[in-house]
Amino acid sequence: MITDLFAQIGKTVIDCLSYVGALAYLVARATYCVVVGPFQKKRVRWKRAVSQAAEVGVRALPILSLITFFIGLILALQSAYELRKLGALSLVATAVAITVTRELGPLITAILVIGRSGSAFAAEIGTMRVTEEIDALETMAIDPVEFLVVPKFVAMIIMMPCLTLWANAMGILGGALFGVTEANFTWGRYLRSSIDALYLHDITTGLVKSIMFGITITAVGCYEGLSTGGGAEEIGRSTTRAVVLSIFLVILVDLIFTAVFFAGNQ
Amino acid sequence: MAEIERESTQPEGPVISVRDLRVQYGEREILHGLSFDVTHGETLVILGGSGSGKSTLLRTLVGLEKPSAGQIWMKGQDIAATSRKGLNEIRKKLGMSFQGGALFGSMTVGENVALPLREHTDLEDSTIEIVVRLKLNQVGLLGFENYMPSELSGGMKKRAAVARAMAMDPEILFFDEPSAGLDPIIAAGIDHLIVQVKKAFRMTIIVVTHELASAFLIADQMILVDKGNIVAHGTPEEMRSSTQPRVRQFLDRVAEPEVSQELDYLQMLTGGPTNTGQVAGWRRGV
Repeated sequence: MITDLFAQIGKTVIDCLSYVGALAYLVARATYCVVVGPFQKKRVRWKRAVSQAAEVGVRALPILSLITFFIGLILALQSAYELRKLGALSLVATAVAITVTRELGPLITAILVIGRSGSAFAAEIGTMRVTEEIDALETMAIDPVEFLVVPKFVAMIIMMPCLTLWANAMGILGGALFGVTEANFTWGRYLRSSIDALYLHDITTGLVKSIMFGITITAVGCYEGLSTGGGAEEIGRSTTRAVVLSIFLVILVDLIFTAVFFAGNQ
Repeated sequence: MAEIERESTQPEGPVISVRDLRVQYGEREILHGLSFDVTHGETLVILGGSGSGKSTLLRTLVGLEKPSAGQIWMKGQDIAATSRKGLNEIRKKLGMSFQGGALFGSMTVGENVALPLREHTDLEDSTIEIVVRLKLNQVGLLGFENYMPSELSGGMKKRAAVARAMAMDPEILFFDEPSAGLDPIIAAGIDHLIVQVKKAFRMTIIVVTHELASAFLIADQMILVDKGNIVAHGTPEEMRSSTQPRVRQFLDRVAEPEVSQELDYLQMLTGGPTNTGQVAGWRRGV
């Protein structure tokens, strides 16, 4: 009975590790294609990467702006609730700026990109798997990773930091709306105190995290797509798995990197 | 010109030699040691019912499935043992037309046909454009370059897939169920296209199908695969005159003897003392 339990735990651990291993292998292959490929007369498909970048990045801007603006506003309201008691309402700008740039900007961007693009990667590649398009690529001697996955990685690694920077700006702007209407700030003064509150590493740690999130989201989405079984049902299942696992892994990666940065700062 | 060159350099003997080919999915063996040869310029039709292993055989021949044992000699190389790079070199000389066409939905028909050329040759865009028009003309789709695959009918998709498979002037052309899901007239059109290609380019063609009419129309050689074994191999005439029960059953379209006795069903349900396992296993194999 107890051995069954241990066997089950062992199996789960092995499954998790082999999944992470598979993701790492995919990332390694994609990296190889980008870094070593050009020296072997293989080109990186910049055109496909650019169209992916437009899809992943540019089209996400309106909804991302709206969400992070609201998040900034919510953060300002929540922190004001406590800060008002201390008579330190002017610290709202600092609180919002630090929370948004260090944590919520990258995280909310990642969650939105998972919903928009991670799921789309899994569905697109999964459909191609089911309709034998991946097989067709292979029989044409075209590597599906190089052809499909690499442009997505390139697009994500470029667009995630850009989106995150934009999200940071919009979050601070959301906070500013509260500051101006409720806390006797002017727009200029609010932005000034936000900038004063931030160190460069607040922004860079957020950006580093966002790149890691981008890699995670692409790896999970593409891996789930590539390992789709036969049938339309399976596409749905891989898409769901891609979203759920990406959210989980992004938060795990977030935790790891935040801990590393924290330890590095001591 | 490529045609002439190819013929003069083509050595005598089989283009494809399959020896004791075994394929396993997990624990289950799908193909139990198949051996056959395909000679240059020959059209081989692989016949078989659903689940007989014929599609697995085709997928293994183009390197999509790894055999668990045996050899597949193609162009003097064993593709079962070669590296990924070596396999890709051979694949550039193969063309494959998939059951549903497998055209890339995000590209136009023209871009689909042009893809292997863009990937593997240094041809100029203008040259590629001409080749694409030529290939589309061969399959009767000239003028459809800028259509998306979703705008084409089933038969046209298959034609476009054939054009893409022929883009690199392959030496061996594979077809997976070319007439599946098409109405008889369109299906006959695809058969006609295969015959045309065969005549015009003297390509080695391998077709997997269960459509008897089209099989007899295009085949030089036929293989009947049943439950992962080759049960018959011969010319269409030899097949027609075969007296082997499994061949006769397939060609005469005789249904599997039904397990229709009520008693058997009852015993199957209750797990009674008949040969249930045997019956279930046999039904699964069908």
